Amino acid sequence: MNRRVLLLAPFGAVVLAGAGFMTMLHRAQDGKFDPHGVPSMLIDKHVPPFTLPGDPGFADSDLAGRPILVNFFASWCVPCIEEASALMSLKQAGVPLYGIAYKDKPAATAAFLAEHGNPFARLGHDAPGRVAIDWGVTGVPESYLIDKAGIVRARWIGALTPETIATELQPLLRQFA
Amino acid sequence: MIPELGHFALALAVAIGFAQAILPIWGAWRREQRLIAAAPAIAIGQFIALGTAWVCLTWSNVVDDFSVLTVAENGNSLTPLIYKITGTWGNHEGSILLWCLVISICGAAVAVFGGNLPSSLRARVIGVLGATAVGFQLFALLESDPFTRLWPPPEDGRDLNPLLQDPGLAIHPPMLYIGYVGFAVPFAFAIAALLEGRIDAAWGRWVRPWTLAAWCFLTCGIALGSWWAYYELGWGGFWFWDPVENASLMPWLTGTALLHSAIVVEKREALKTWTVLLAIGTFSLSLSGTFLVRSGILNSVHAFANDPARGLFILGLLGLVIGGSLLLFAARAPVLSTSGIFAPVSREGGLVLNNILLCSICAVVITGTMYPLFADLLLGEKLSVGPPFFNSTVFPLALPLFAAMAVGPMLSWKRANLGDAARRLWWVALAAVIVGCVAAYWARLLPTLAFAAAAWLILGATADIVERIKLFRQPLSASLQRLRGLPRGSFGTTLAHAGLGVTIAGIAGMSLASSAIVLLKPGETTHLDGYDWHLVDLHDAAGPNYSARVATIEISEGGVPVVTLAPERRSFPVQQVNTTEAKIHTNLVRDLYAVLGEERDGAAVLRLHVNPLAPWIWLGALVMALGGMISLADRRLRVGAPARRGAVLPAGTEPGLR
Repeated sequence: MNRRVLLLAPFGAVVLAGAGFMTMLHRAQDGKFDPHGVPSMLIDKHVPPFTLPGDPGFADSDLAGRPILVNFFASWCVPCIEEASALMSLKQAGVPLYGIAYKDKPAATAAFLAEHGNPFARLGHDAPGRVAIDWGVTGVPESYLIDKAGIVRARWIGALTPETIATELQPLLRQFA
Repeated sequence: MIPELGHFALALAVAIGFAQAILPIWGAWRREQRLIAAAPAIAIGQFIALGTAWVCLTWSNVVDDFSVLTVAENGNSLTPLIYKITGTWGNHEGSILLWCLVISICGAAVAVFGGNLPSSLRARVIGVLGATAVGFQLFALLESDPFTRLWPPPEDGRDLNPLLQDPGLAIHPPMLYIGYVGFAVPFAFAIAALLEGRIDAAWGRWVRPWTLAAWCFLTCGIALGSWWAYYELGWGGFWFWDPVENASLMPWLTGTALLHSAIVVEKREALKTWTVLLAIGTFSLSLSGTFLVRSGILNSVHAFANDPARGLFILGLLGLVIGGSLLLFAARAPVLSTSGIFAPVSREGGLVLNNILLCSICAVVITGTMYPLFADLLLGEKLSVGPPFFNSTVFPLALPLFAAMAVGPMLSWKRANLGDAARRLWWVALAAVIVGCVAAYWARLLPTLAFAAAAWLILGATADIVERIKLFRQPLSASLQRLRGLPRGSFGTTLAHAGLGVTIAGIAGMSLASSAIVLLKPGETTHLDGYDWHLVDLHDAAGPNYSARVATIEISEGGVPVVTLAPERRSFPVQQVNTTEAKIHTNLVRDLYAVLGEERDGAAVLRLHVNPLAPWIWLGALVMALGGMISLADRRLRVGAPARRGAVLPAGTEPGLR
C-alpha cells in the first residue's frame, strides 16, 4: 500500500504544479497575474522622505517643480544596460532624470555611466538599499514618475523601452506638465 | 505554391501522426501482426511528411517569400544566406516545426536502427513517439502555423533578431532540440516497458545508446548557448542562471542520472522502477522547458512569442503527456520485478549516490526557478532568486558528486572494498591537495576547492585507465595490448569524467578574471594584467545588413605584439537594434576579450577582460560529448553484439570491470 502511494507521488506533484501553472496562465490572460510586477503602494502618494549622498545627491524635497523621472539602477544589472540607450534619448528629449544607484559601489556606478552614458541630471547613491525599501522597489531597473507636487504618478518595472516611453510615459508627461 | 505544399505536408503529418499513435499500440495490444509490422513504415512516412514541410519552410525563407507571415517577420532581403536558413528556426513557429521534425527523425531512427528489437516493443515505442508528437504537430498546425500567408506582402521583411545572427546561435537550437527531443526515445521505451509490464537487461542495453546520443547533443547545445552568451552578449559572463538556461540544465542533470542508472539496469537488473521514472522525468523536464520559455510566465533574454493562449494549449499537451505517463507509471510500476541486490558500497551503490546527488541538484535548480512563481501565486509575495542562491546551494551538492565521480568507476559490482579504491587513488588525492594549495595562493575558497576538484576528476579518470591497463606494473607492450583491448565505453567514461574536470577548471579560472573599463583616445595605451592594450584607431565599416563602428586594439605583452583585436558595435537599421561584437583572442590558457562601448569627444569606452582558462569551460563540454560519442561507438551498445563480447577482449581482462 505504501509503495502504491509512493509511486503515485510524482503524478500528484505534477497535477499540483499543473494546476498552479493553469491558474497563473488564466490570471495572466485576465491581466490579474504578472509574475514580474506588483502594484506600487506609492501611486498617488507623496514620495517617502529621504536624503541620498552623491555628487551632488538629492533629497525628496528636490523632487518638485516639474515632472521628474526617478530611475533605480545598478552597474551589476544587465537589463539596465539595455535600458541605457532609451534613457539617453529621454535626456536628449529634455526629460529631467534623477538616478538612484541601488546597492552599488560608487566607483562601479561611475564606470557604468562612463561606458553606457550618463542620462541623469542628479545621481544619488543608495548603497544600503534603504531608500529602495521605502519606495517598495522590487528590483532594478525600476522607474517612477513624480509630478510637480512630488506625488508618485506611475511606476515601471524593468527596462524602459522606446515603446513604453512613447505609449505610456510621454502621455503622462504631457498630462502632468 | 511552395508554402501551401508545406502546409499540406504538415496536415498530412498530423494525419499520419494519429495513425502512428493508435495503430502500433493497438496492434501490440491485440497482437495483430500486420499492424505491428506497419509501425516502422508509418514512422518513416511521418518523417518524410515533416521533412517536406521543413524543406518548404526553409525554401520560403531562402527565396524571401514575404507573403509568408513568419518570413516577413523574421527575414530580410539583405540578410546573409546562412541566416536566412537558420532564421527558419529563429522564431516561435519555425522552432515548433523543428521540434516536430526532430521527434519524427527519432521515430524514423527507431524504425530503421531498431531492427533487432522485439517487434512488439518496437511497435509500442514508435506508437508512444507518435502519440507524443501528434499533439505538438496539431499545435503547429492550429495555433502556430508557420505557413500563414500575408496579403498584401510587404516590400521587405523585418529581419531576424540581430542577436541571433551569429554562427554559434545558428546551430545552438538544433543541437538543443535534438538533445531535448532525443530524450523522447528513452521516454517511449519507458512507457512501452510499462505497457509490456517487463524490463530486463536487454531493455537497459537498448535505452542506453539513445539516452547517450540525446545527452551528447544536449551537452553540446548547452555549451553552445553558454559560449554564445559569453561572446555575443558581451557581458563577460557565461552562465546567468537565467530561467531558460535552467530549463536546459534540468533535463541534462536528470538525463545524466538516467545514463548511469540505465547501466545498473543493463548490468544488474536493479533500479528498474527508478530508471523508468527518470526516463519519464527527463523528457517531462525537456517538455516543460519548451513550455516555460514560451508561456511568458518566465522572462528571459530569449526572444519568443509570449502568448498565454498558446501557453494554455501547450500546458494541456504537457498535462496529457506527463500526467498520463505518470499515472501509467503509478498503475504499472508495481509489476516491474527487481532481481539484482547489492551492498551499499559497490558500483551500483556508487551509481545510486550519483543519481541521488544529480537529482538533488536538479531539485535545487527547479526550486530556484519555480519558487518565485509559486510564491507569487500562493503567498502574493514578490521575490527573485538569483545567482547567489544557485551558487551557494548547487556547489555543496556538486562537491560530493565530484568526489564520488573518481571513486565510483573503481568499485566492483555487487560488493566493493573502499580500501582498494583508496590504494588506487591516493596519488590522485595527493595531487588534488597540492593543486588546491597552489590555487589557494591566488583564489578564494570556492575556486580553490573547484581547482582541487578539477584535478581530482581529471587525474581520477586517468587513474582508472592506468589501473586497468596495469601501467608500470607490467611491461609497456602488455599495457598497450590491454589498452587496445579496453572497451570503448571505458574511454568514454574516462573522457566524460575528465571533461567535466576541464569544465570545472575553466569555471574556477573565470573567477580569477580581471577586467577594466577605460576611456581611451586613438593612440593611447592602457595596462591590464600584464598586457598593454593600444587603441590604434576608430573607424566605420559596413556589413551586408548593418553598419558598424570598429575599434582596432593592438595588444602586446612586454613589448612583444600578441594580437590585434577589432571589437565592433553594430547597428541593424531594420530592427533598430544595436549589438556589441566582442572580440576574443584565445591561446587555450586565457582569453583576451575586448568590447567597444560608447564614444565621447573622440575617445571610446573600452571594456577589457583577461579571462584565465575560460575556453576550458566549453572545451570540457566538448570532451564530455566526445566521451559520450566514443561510448556510443562501443560495440556492446550496437545492439546484438553483446554475445560476442568475449571474442573482443583478449584473455585475462576482466569483462565485468567496465
